[in-house]
Amino acid sequence: MRLIFVTLLALILAAVVGLGATWMTATRGTDLGTLTIGAWTARPRTGTVDVDPYSRASIARSGELPVGTGDGVAFSATRDDRKRLLDGRCDVVVSGITPAARFWTLTLYDSRGRLVANSLQRYGFTSQEIIRGADGSFEVRVASRSRSGNWLPTGGIERYTLVLRLYDTPVGVATRTQRDAPMPAVATVGCP
Amino acid sequence: MIRLLFTIIAGVLLGAIVHLVSVLALPRIASQDAYSRLAPITKLNAVTPLPLPDPSAASLPFMDPAFAVAVCRYDLSGGPIKLTVPVSQAYTSVSFYTRNELAYYAINDRSAGRKVIELDLMTEAQHAALPEDEDITAADRLIIDSPSAAGLIVMKALAAEPGLMPQAQVSLAASSCKVQTEPTPTKR
Repeated sequence: MRLIFVTLLALILAAVVGLGATWMTATRGTDLGTLTIGAWTARPRTGTVDVDPYSRASIARSGELPVGTGDGVAFSATRDDRKRLLDGRCDVVVSGITPAARFWTLTLYDSRGRLVANSLQRYGFTSQEIIRGADGSFEVRVASRSRSGNWLPTGGIERYTLVLRLYDTPVGVATRTQRDAPMPAVATVGCP
Repeated sequence: MIRLLFTIIAGVLLGAIVHLVSVLALPRIASQDAYSRLAPITKLNAVTPLPLPDPSAASLPFMDPAFAVAVCRYDLSGGPIKLTVPVSQAYTSVSFYTRNELAYYAINDRSAGRKVIELDLMTEAQHAALPEDEDITAADRLIIDSPSAAGLIVMKALAAEPGLMPQAQVSLAASSCKVQTEPTPTKR
């Protein structure tokens, strides 16, 4: 009787620990093979056959298709440079320059990877659409109400993810630091 | 007391094994992965344009709205596939995924270096069965080996401004993906 109880307890514990850890890693992701520059995180290996099992599990769970290495690389940000979660009710400024790439796009998604509805039907910017300063740098205002210049509407949702995709770029598996890939700064400048 | 401690240790160790097995098995058992989402809306061995993502509906999560996307869901068991994708004005890329979303190859218009990206996709066995004289002419023929018989080819054309989207879609619509009709040549 006691043996059965002990075995059962061990098995239940195993199921909870094992599946719990899998669920955690598949939804939140792991630090395995990640490239973090400022607020931005990329997993360049997801676009190659050397992808780690954790990334494969999270790709299979979310249903997205990773950007192939010969195509480009995708950086995402859910927090600003001060580690504060991006809030759609605040004004967030994405400014600076991007790494060398033939084209890039900046897109705003909700936490499940859907585009966010807004009256302008603007879901992001491409490198050609953006208005730049004389030195080539740009400033994108991510806010719920309309702003002058490059305004990316949030629709007032609480949490969102910014994805900066670089196409035809030398940035990839070999990239390590800000010097190789100067990513734009992400700063929360004002909250109502 | 010792028995309880032993039970907990055994449970955690078993849990670690359960974790590793489930992580490795997840890509195979996932029912909402990209291939399963695309299977009902795409044709087999033919190019299907995907609708542009909008907030209420998107074929896949995290799609880039600046791109026109078309998908060829392939199955190589009937023979190799010939893929031709005309290059659009701004940027065109072709990415290859296995049935389990492993991105094994991607090429863009600049690395292809011509007006039309032309590729032959085949399994390793079909590549090995190619007659040798055909391999010599392979210089102007890009052959890709697919690690799996089934998978996805994703063709993307960038619309650098929203007004250029119709052009990008037209350019992708001219691409083709079909099984090579001639019988697979056998090795001499």
